[in-house]
Amino acid sequence: MTDINLKIYRFNPEEESVGKFVEYKVPYVDGMVVLDAVRYVQEKIDPTLAIRWNCKAAKCGSCSAEINNRPSLMCKTRVDSIGNNISVAPMGAYPNIKDLVTDISANWSILKKIPPFTPKPGMEKPWRIHPADVERSKEFKKCIECFLCQDVCHVIREHNTKYFGPRHMVKAASMDMHPLDVLDRSEFLDNEGGIGFCNITKCCQDVCPEHIHITDNAIIQEKERAADLKYDPIAMIIKRRKSRKEKVVK
Amino acid sequence: MEETFKTVKTDVLVIGAGGAGMRASIAVKEAGLDVVMVTKSLLGKAHTVMAEGGIAAALGNVDPQDNWKVHYGDIIEEGVYISNWRMAEICAKEAPDRVFELESYGALFDRTPDGRILQRAFGAHTYRRLCHVGDRTGLEIIKTLEDQILHRDVKFYDEMYITKIVVKNGKACGAIGIKMNTGEFHYFQAKSVIVATGGCGRVYKVTSNSWESTGDGLGLSYEAGAVLKDMEMIQFHPTGMVYPPGVKGLLITEAVRGEGGILLNSKGERYMLRYSPQKKELDARDVVARANYREIQEGRGTEHGGVYLDITSKGADYIKHKLPSMYMQFMEFAGVDITKEKMEVAPTVHYQMGGIRVDPETGHSSLEGLFAAGEVASGLHGANRLGGNSLADILVFGRRAGIGAAEYSKKAKDIDVDAKVINEEISRVKGFLRKDGKNPYELIDRLTTAMSDHVGIVRTKEEIEKAIKIINELKEDYKNVGTLGSFKYNHGLLGCLELGNMLIATEAISRAALMREESRGAHTRVDFPKKDKKWLKNIEIKKADSGMQFNVVPVEEMPEEYKQYAKPEEY
Ligand SMILES: Cc1cc2nc3c(=O)[nH]c(=O)nc-3n(C[C@H](O)[C@H](O)[C@H](O)COP(=O)(O)OP(=O)(O)OC[C@H]3O[C@@H](n4cnc5c(N)ncnc54)[C@H](O)[C@@H]3O)c2cc1C
Ligand code: SF4
Ligand code: SF4
Ligand code: FES
Repeated sequence: MTDINLKIYRFNPEEESVGKFVEYKVPYVDGMVVLDAVRYVQEKIDPTLAIRWNCKAAKCGSCSAEINNRPSLMCKTRVDSIGNNISVAPMGAYPNIKDLVTDISANWSILKKIPPFTPKPGMEKPWRIHPADVERSKEFKKCIECFLCQDVCHVIREHNTKYFGPRHMVKAASMDMHPLDVLDRSEFLDNEGGIGFCNITKCCQDVCPEHIHITDNAIIQEKERAADLKYDPIAMIIKRRKSRKEKVVK
Repeated sequence: MEETFKTVKTDVLVIGAGGAGMRASIAVKEAGLDVVMVTKSLLGKAHTVMAEGGIAAALGNVDPQDNWKVHYGDIIEEGVYISNWRMAEICAKEAPDRVFELESYGALFDRTPDGRILQRAFGAHTYRRLCHVGDRTGLEIIKTLEDQILHRDVKFYDEMYITKIVVKNGKACGAIGIKMNTGEFHYFQAKSVIVATGGCGRVYKVTSNSWESTGDGLGLSYEAGAVLKDMEMIQFHPTGMVYPPGVKGLLITEAVRGEGGILLNSKGERYMLRYSPQKKELDARDVVARANYREIQEGRGTEHGGVYLDITSKGADYIKHKLPSMYMQFMEFAGVDITKEKMEVAPTVHYQMGGIRVDPETGHSSLEGLFAAGEVASGLHGANRLGGNSLADILVFGRRAGIGAAEYSKKAKDIDVDAKVINEEISRVKGFLRKDGKNPYELIDRLTTAMSDHVGIVRTKEEIEKAIKIINELKEDYKNVGTLGSFKYNHGLLGCLELGNMLIATEAISRAALMREESRGAHTRVDFPKKDKKWLKNIEIKKADSGMQFNVVPVEEMPEEYKQYAKPEEY
């Protein structure tokens, strides 16, 4: 492949009110990922370019950006998979701090609101949990908090602050599916988390680098439980009790 | 000059939000004191997130014969007898409690069929001992602790880069940092400071470590006056990726060899038969790492400077089932189908055994008011770390440092520092913002290349001296390093600051490596290939007026009754 035409969104709020794309020529190195190309610019052309990255192994969820308009991890996107005309922009759903770096701190306040893991009181320790029960929560626990799902979600992009967003539905589901947790967060997600705003477009699960079935396995399940609770609370409680009993290993 | 900065007052300041820093912060909060935690990356992104294999704790769930004494013996033997015995004891005894505690916080470990925590085998652990969550144990630990931090309302400042630890009258009493997203300087006034900044893998060109592992805590603490030790002990993992460049150094788990992967050179020779006829690919990490290194050095390496790791004989189904993440890693990053093609691998810098010398009970360093825990602290792992012991280390000693610092702070008085001290530090940092400065990345590249070339797995006097010469040249160049831009989210500026710490770390590593004229654990001197009894010692390092001062001290002897738990050392 020849040189890469790399367009990077540059924005320095200290100096300008709107950002712009600046084009750089970056030599292609076999097998390189977009983060390599962006860091080439930072190391060789302009050290003031602001980017966020840490593990460079698709494990920490720091390097989220919109690559050719698709929310992606820069360290996981190979240049040869998208061709040599590449544009890299910051996540659009979050306020821009500088260049490719956005302010994702709103997520911390949301995470604080979600009721934490609450184990059944008085269980004998060490706890016994059936291997199969661990599996249910596992998919949701793969989340690396890259917030790409939040970025792609049209509800969040429209700055509807009433909806927590897909990442947080996954978080709640990870605890609701925890075999020893006693809470049911679905009603909370309905009342406080705005789960009703999600209209199941599934864009979020499409971009999740961890391939979590966000809509199918987290959101729809939580929505259904919330609806059940609303229309038949007693049946719901009995249902839950039953499934709990099955979950605990003697 | 008068500079503007914000002042934040707290009882305990924790620098670092990896496993060690978060666990320490929880302990301070539990002790009823005010705590502030800072990190240079975002919350939840610390290097700990990358840990794969698991956390070592002698629960005896799979092998009932296991107990803390066996774990203790393994630590001492693998650390080649220069570990601190008391730290080994504490770690072996307390790791199970920390694992159960994680579980009570909501972590979900893999289970045995009867519902207990499953434990897997790992190199040099006598029994199956590693509690794990598939191959993403670090992620589970980080997210679990992050939950605790958020729900316990621990105050934290992320993307806050600490540039200096403040010391007055021989006591650590705070730190100064830049909030990256706003460019504002902060002065944290604290009764005690806990350093939990992780390792320094990034002082080498090829490493499995994340961006932030630049040894900042070593530089900060050294400058503050704390004693460092065992700095020559750098662990190389035998198998890191070499290609493509974007993932050079990325870890390939030992399980590949465990599942039957064999190592080949470019001539197709299975050379481990030569180096280790009995254990072959499954010999200790340092043995395999040295073999891989030698093959590459002697010209039998691959196109991209590695050797081959081949698991194709096992067949696609087996590989995809047993090594799913390795399959994905090579498929996605390298475009290599490991069920059909050989992997290219080479040793990669993985872990720093040395660091700040601490009191085993409390994590108190040699400097009053300064505590340390995690990879940045030293003592537990001696000359070599067992896999899984770091995650145990960061939780066990993170908690202890938190308790230690809280106890200390309860008795300590506020120390007021003249604003001049903070102004001076801000001016120093400002000095890096200049038009004609030398590019920090270029200097970092020269430094890391020198370390990889000359203070690698296999060392000689001549080679180490070459590195020291380059470090000295770079120290000169450092005076002219600089970058454009402002304080706000300026990576070039961070590069300048990190380089300062990297120069301290690399000088400590190289000069200690030059002193230790023997081969022990991770430290191999070709010119002194044998272990030497007179080096049953730790090398300690402290800042003096004349520069780095080195002290060779005997290893603290373990109590008589503990000697039965470890094989006696042989020479
Ligand atoms: C790929 C990989 C796999 C591993 N697998 C395992 C395993 O299976 N089992 C095991 O036991 N160990 C494993 N390890 C080792 C283990 O993960 C680390 O040693 C451990 O996580 C270190 O934790 P820590 O809390 O000491 O520091 P870290 O997690 O490195 O955290 C350091 C913190 O300090 C902050 N910091 C640093 N400098 C500054 C500064 N100047 N200002 C402000 N903040 C700063 C950072 O931002 C970060 O928050 C592995 C390591 C790697 C690289
Ligand atoms: S499925 Fe729901 S959460 Fe996901 S992107 Fe669509 S609206 Fe957003
Ligand atoms: S659910 Fe997937 S896309 Fe969303 S934050 Fe987690 S890992 Fe990222
Ligand atoms: S840098 Fe960690 S996910 Fe990309």
